[in-house]
Amino acid sequence: MKCTEFLKELTDYLDGTLTESTKAELDEHLHWCHECHVVMNTTKKTIEIYRDNQIYELPESLRSRLHQAIMSKCRAAKPSKGKA
Amino acid sequence: MQTIQKRAGEDFDELALVQSAKKGDLEAFSELVNRYDRNIFRIAQHITHNEEDAQDVVQDAFLKAYQNLAQFQGNSKFYTWLVRIAVNEALMKLRKRRNEKTVSLDEDVETEEGSIPREVADWAPNPEQNYGQSELGDILRKTIQGLPPGFRTVFVLRDVEGLSTEETAEMLGLSVPAVKSRLLRARLQLRERLAKYFRSKKNGDGQREVH
Repeated sequence: MKCTEFLKELTDYLDGTLTESTKAELDEHLHWCHECHVVMNTTKKTIEIYRDNQIYELPESLRSRLHQAIMSKCRAAKPSKGKA
Repeated sequence: MQTIQKRAGEDFDELALVQSAKKGDLEAFSELVNRYDRNIFRIAQHITHNEEDAQDVVQDAFLKAYQNLAQFQGNSKFYTWLVRIAVNEALMKLRKRRNEKTVSLDEDVETEEGSIPREVADWAPNPEQNYGQSELGDILRKTIQGLPPGFRTVFVLRDVEGLSTEETAEMLGLSVPAVKSRLLRARLQLRERLAKYFRSKKNGDGQREVH
């Protein structure tokens, strides 16, 4: 397996959605290719860093202002005419 | 203290809330807002990169959802349906801000950057700990802002919000292979850009030739 072929499968590898046989081929490649190993690990780390450090949290004071605004707009809007 | 956020769409009683809201029960709708406002705000911020726009998106998306609840058939999760509305609102804001028509999730941005890793120096262990929380936040924001909107939207839905590839495809009106291809390139581009902050100092320049 070439590095470029490994990269094509990287997303499925990290998501754990590969078949056993493809995963085994990728593991074999990782065993001897240090560079792909680094790329795989640092990509995994990239995802973890973004997942663990939420960069756009909604502050509680803004949250409650937005909530009030939404509900007062809904009250003024035409009620939904759906069948329950 | 901050309440622990439930993963979107996991509650069995959600359908009951939606049914009540359809009958005009504002309390029920208010509960739906409480469940998802943080997620919608995050997604809107990631797409628009503008807090004022993100606030508008949150308000407009929930109002639109309320007004169109009759059209929600329950074939998908309420959250999936809501995010689709919010993504469209956010893209509209982005177009307005940029004053151009071309902001679309469909455009397949051909860029060489990130499709072939050039930076292969290993990172320091727990590299994020070398930065204070606010400095780290700046780095992460600056880095993701450089991605094309289609890439960062897929990344935030899949990797930050934890939705499946199929759900993301449904929300964005993209095919599953299109979502996967954008996700791979988004991940690799972010990795490449973060490397300059996080790579281990003891390695060389980390450049390589691809086999």
